[in-house]
Amino acid sequence: MKTIKEINERIKKGEAVVFTAEEIVEFAEKKGFKKAAQLVDVVTTATFGPMCSSGIYFNIGQSKPRIKLGGGKVTLGGVPCYAAFAAGDLFLGANALPEEDPRNAIYPGEFKYGGGHVIQDLIEGKDLILEANAYGTDCYPRRHLRTYINIKDLNEVILFNMRNCYQNYNVAVNVSDKPIYTYMGILKPNLGNANYCSAGSLSPLLNDPYYKTIGIGTKIFLAGAVGFISWWGTQHNPGVERTEKGIPKCPAGTLSLIGDLKETDPSWLIGTSMYGYGATLSVGVGIPIPVLNEEILSYVCVKDEDIVAPVVDYAKGYSPENSDVLGVVNYAQLKSGKIELAGREIPTGSLSSLKKAREIAGILKAWIKEGKFFLSEAQGKLPSADSGYRFKTLKERIPKDV
Amino acid sequence: MSKKRIVLHFPKELVDKSIVYKLVKDFNLEFNILKAEVNPKEEGLLVLEIKGDEDDFNKGIEYLNKTGVRIQPLSQDVSMDRAKCVDCTACIPLCPTKALVKNPETLEVEFVKEKCIACGICVHVCPYKAMSIVF
Ligand code: SF4
Ligand code: SF4
Repeated sequence: MKTIKEINERIKKGEAVVFTAEEIVEFAEKKGFKKAAQLVDVVTTATFGPMCSSGIYFNIGQSKPRIKLGGGKVTLGGVPCYAAFAAGDLFLGANALPEEDPRNAIYPGEFKYGGGHVIQDLIEGKDLILEANAYGTDCYPRRHLRTYINIKDLNEVILFNMRNCYQNYNVAVNVSDKPIYTYMGILKPNLGNANYCSAGSLSPLLNDPYYKTIGIGTKIFLAGAVGFISWWGTQHNPGVERTEKGIPKCPAGTLSLIGDLKETDPSWLIGTSMYGYGATLSVGVGIPIPVLNEEILSYVCVKDEDIVAPVVDYAKGYSPENSDVLGVVNYAQLKSGKIELAGREIPTGSLSSLKKAREIAGILKAWIKEGKFFLSEAQGKLPSADSGYRFKTLKERIPKDV
Repeated sequence: MSKKRIVLHFPKELVDKSIVYKLVKDFNLEFNILKAEVNPKEEGLLVLEIKGDEDDFNKGIEYLNKTGVRIQPLSQDVSMDRAKCVDCTACIPLCPTKALVKNPETLEVEFVKEKCIACGICVHVCPYKAMSIVF
């Protein structure tokens, strides 16, 4: 048994024993489980992939004369922002697209530049044009503003992810006879490929399946900066079916993340274009797990072969509650580059980058070992498997027209 | 004598014409078929390695152009920008010739230029615009 306080003292002295979630498996096998649980302080987990529910909120300061952006219309880099707050505050989502983008009118659309790309340009220090039209008030008389904006001139720029770090995800295939263009990439007809999107045994919530250490207020690596878990993520769904070891067999828990965009590094925050689907942002996240006891160690020792995911046909318009599950595969198979399904070998591709995830887990490990990063105690629990908290699909009720 | 690779796209109405055979007969060129395919829209794709004199080659290309066959650039025109690639592997199962492969040790996705037939699929697949093709 250890406490986070004790672990932090060891970090301070430069004595903390830290492994990545990939390395710990071998170490625990070699040292023996009991010994390893005493020796190891922290295990680092990570993921890097497209996270559509990402965005930034920011404050541009005040112009002279003053302008009220809230209720007006604003674009940054040609991409519409959400102007629905106080005078100088805006929100920009990763999926936002310029008005004139043809979207899928020319099918499949290319989605070359959207909110995610604006965010990347901001971090790279580029000047972007902000254009605003407001309605004007007695206290904010100005109606039009067109100016260059640079990240260093902004007051706060906060990266905010409503949903990130999905605990497990579907493997997407296409049973139809036409190619389809999805958020899981291009899916070739007749089971031509199978795409997945998880770092598997390196992924944060698969190493803490019941959210015993990861919670609200947990300090994390967020795109090269220090960030925090702000809440559970949207569509959090902890009550799904799990394996004997507690690993959800399908998409389950999610996290909401927050951090200072000015501190992030463009290597871990990249504007992304999904052909025929849309623009988004790829985000790198690393989460430390304190090895407080043997139970926690048993969770972080999870292997790719212990994690299974459903193979889902995306040709029929995927919906989480009502989809065709064609089979179940594990992450060792997925990462090998091919899976077997319906007696056939199907090549696999990943949307999330295991290489980048491995790099992030390594960086976080180095930060902790060098005494640059201390662990935080979670201040609130995420609803877990037994909470009864669950994801609901939308039940449509057609409004009666008067 | 030189050796070149070209990709030919045949519109539906030309698929069953013996156009390529003429390259041998009238232009003294030798060829190897590296890939042949007819897609669901009944258009044909042919990847050829052509051997012959530079002069004959150019005349052959001129002839193909006149028939209405679309000639695609050579594989040299496809490139991978290492700085942009995040090694996700999304492109790997889409590449028809296994020209994109994952190194299992480093997890790096490598572009094997010699295998590339410049089909252009990876240019669309790559969410990070790491693959490009110059026409
Ligand atoms: S899809 Fe793009 S980023 Fe991903 S491995 Fe291929 S070239 Fe690299
Ligand atoms: S263009 Fe891209 S997808 Fe096509 S053969 Fe070359 S590497 Fe493969």
